[in-house]
Amino acid sequence: MSTNAIISLPDQSTARIPKDNFITRENGLLSWLLTGDHKRIAILYLISITFFFFIGGALAGLIRLELLTPQTDLMATDTYNKVFTMHGIIMIFFFLVPSVPATLGNFFIPMMIGAKDLALPKINLLSWYLYMAGGILAVYTMASGGVDTGWTFTTPLSTHYVNTNVLTTGLAVFVAGFSSILTGLNFIVTIHKMRAPGMTWFRLPLFIWAHYAASILMVLATPVVAIAIVLVALERTFGIGVFDPIKGGDPLLFQHLFWFYSHPAVYIMILPGMGVISEVISTFSRKRIFGYTAVAFSSVAIAVFGFFVWAHHMFIMGISNYAVLVFSLLTMLVAVPSAIKIFNWTFTLYKGSITFETPMIYAFGFLGLFTIGGMTGVFLGASGTDIHLTETYFIVAHFHFVMVGGMLMAFLSGIHFWWPKITGRMYPEKISQFAAVVTFIGFNLTFFPQFILGVLGMPRRYASYPPEFQVLNVFSTAGATILGVGYLLPVLYLIWSLKYGAIAGNNPWQATGLEWQTQSPPLTENFAVMPIMDHEAYDYEWLEQQQQAHKESEATHAG
Amino acid sequence: MPDNPVTSQGASGAAKHAGSADNADILHAGHPPYLRHHFNSTEQQADTANFAMWLFLLTEVMFFGGLFTAYLIYRNWYYPAFVAGSHQLNVVWGTTNTFVLILSSFTMAMGVWCAETRRRKGLVLCLTLTFILGLCFLGIKTIEYREKIEMHHVPGFHYSLQSFLDPASNPEVFKEYHDQPLALDMARHTEIYFSLYFLMTGMHALHMIIGIGILAFMIFRARSGAYTAGHVTFVENFGLYWHFVDIVWIYLFALLYLISRHQ
Repeated sequence: MSTNAIISLPDQSTARIPKDNFITRENGLLSWLLTGDHKRIAILYLISITFFFFIGGALAGLIRLELLTPQTDLMATDTYNKVFTMHGIIMIFFFLVPSVPATLGNFFIPMMIGAKDLALPKINLLSWYLYMAGGILAVYTMASGGVDTGWTFTTPLSTHYVNTNVLTTGLAVFVAGFSSILTGLNFIVTIHKMRAPGMTWFRLPLFIWAHYAASILMVLATPVVAIAIVLVALERTFGIGVFDPIKGGDPLLFQHLFWFYSHPAVYIMILPGMGVISEVISTFSRKRIFGYTAVAFSSVAIAVFGFFVWAHHMFIMGISNYAVLVFSLLTMLVAVPSAIKIFNWTFTLYKGSITFETPMIYAFGFLGLFTIGGMTGVFLGASGTDIHLTETYFIVAHFHFVMVGGMLMAFLSGIHFWWPKITGRMYPEKISQFAAVVTFIGFNLTFFPQFILGVLGMPRRYASYPPEFQVLNVFSTAGATILGVGYLLPVLYLIWSLKYGAIAGNNPWQATGLEWQTQSPPLTENFAVMPIMDHEAYDYEWLEQQQQAHKESEATHAG
Repeated sequence: MPDNPVTSQGASGAAKHAGSADNADILHAGHPPYLRHHFNSTEQQADTANFAMWLFLLTEVMFFGGLFTAYLIYRNWYYPAFVAGSHQLNVVWGTTNTFVLILSSFTMAMGVWCAETRRRKGLVLCLTLTFILGLCFLGIKTIEYREKIEMHHVPGFHYSLQSFLDPASNPEVFKEYHDQPLALDMARHTEIYFSLYFLMTGMHALHMIIGIGILAFMIFRARSGAYTAGHVTFVENFGLYWHFVDIVWIYLFALLYLISRHQ
């Protein structure tokens, strides 16, 4: 048995959706709710995170609407506090953290390494239920009065001074955290133990490396925020004193514990996105990723460095000057592996046969926006500029450039890239290219003015601002409207494509990954026969030879 | 059937699965029933579960790590308060509990050995002993907690500074340690010590309770021979968990009970 056996590239025009696939194998609601199949769980996740994304998005819309005018006129300041807090909590814990890993990662990690499923299918399903429990609790909290501490639960505000639903929100985040831990644990175990014969570490697609690095962060960092939330809950209910200065506790300890997770968490969010970009850029340049090993190790380096920079969120909070110096330096270090990735992707494009399908347009969006987001991160990592810029809109703009401009672009890129594999049908190309461009324009119009607002000194987290900032805020709100259209379009045409999209065939992009060498949508067990990997990742020469051989054998059979 | 050589599993197994998904007999043909379908071999399945358990314990280390960090910082800041607080703990009960737990780890290890060597009765006995020792530990812990409640040493609930401002008011402890009265400011910080005491031992006790629950389930299953037919992964992994909880206690015992023993 060799890879020849699994290569089957039927003519796209005559391709049919295979009768037996993971969607049609079993029917009924229960077959989905009790499934162990990583692909079905990925789809459950996809539906639920889209739901939470639009809740978070609606809250973002309210924020931008309030900031259209300098006065607080749309909602009371208390309400505004709750709106931005819930926007942050829902977007971070219920969209960004699980977005790529729980959907695309869940679906494609086993397929890319040639496994039938994740190592722990029941744990995988459990993680979705935990996620849903957390998410529903968060939405319930919002409906029953919300919370206004900011998504950071800063002590002593959260423990002593607010009377909103800190406990239920904390519980929601705690539960969702365990979902994230279980996902990460499952990925690490799967990547270690479930690889197909011949799938050595350096033949793994970079998507896998990125997820491996992100999973390390999930497994090691998330328990720390879990215990920090437990402490906040106990401090709030019983007054145990750990964060209470009156009893000798230190509110800064909470900040340390919280950012020990929440800084690596931004790498949990961005690394899987980077994995998507590696796949997309390689496929649409028809080239092996330049410097494969460097890109692979840069993911691990980001994960490792990511653990030692958390205090750069606390430069103005009273940590010692020496700590500021050290953490400032360490923060600069993270820029190195990030830059390695950007440069290697760019070198991959060089002399590639580039085509501009939708995933590639999103990937280009990612490259530009993530670079800006990353570079402004260096500004903020430098303690001098940080003291001026922290707690202003510059932070908001930086974070959204990395997370929305980076992660969300990567997510949409990946969704479009793998949509044919997941559903067996193509998305409509023209309108989706249009949506990608709309997203890019809307994004820049929304968040670029916020950099300027930040430098000018507009503070974050206020419902009102001095009138001289209004022009830029109007730009930002207008951009948010365009961005909203850009996000709504894919939902519409992707749902449309489920019924009316063109049949995709097994490998519409002629890509090399193992996931493309099986039918679309895949079988429940992914591969009809166990694949054996006998070539490097992104080996486009290998693919051409296979296709050539396939054509010749068909010609012989026909003759 | 013996552990099947798995080389044949990959290709033929997958082909079989693709064939008729609803026929359990065909699906299980050629491999033991406990082999999940997405694994190629029982070795791979056991390896995977084992690796996952170690990773889970790593997350547990990080979880307790947050508490240990808090302990480290506050102990450095408020050393006299921590010493005075630890003098209020009952070292005899603490030591007894340490031995109870170490003994339970031994019975658990014997249980794993019994499962591996397919001794059903031995396994049930060992698990039952572990179960009883676990309950003993929790019983002793309850006695200790009760003492703290009686002394008003539970943070947040009418916490009393009397034992620290006036050590002689508690003659038993005073006789042993001859503690000097603490200044009011430092005496207040004993509340942090007891917060950490209750948090850390409470979190540990929670892990014990979960472990005892799983033990009860395992005893029930072991009686019908579930773990003595070659599939011992669950027992082995639970053993790892139990030893981990045991090790956490050993750290807690040293850090909470024995702070100033060298003086």
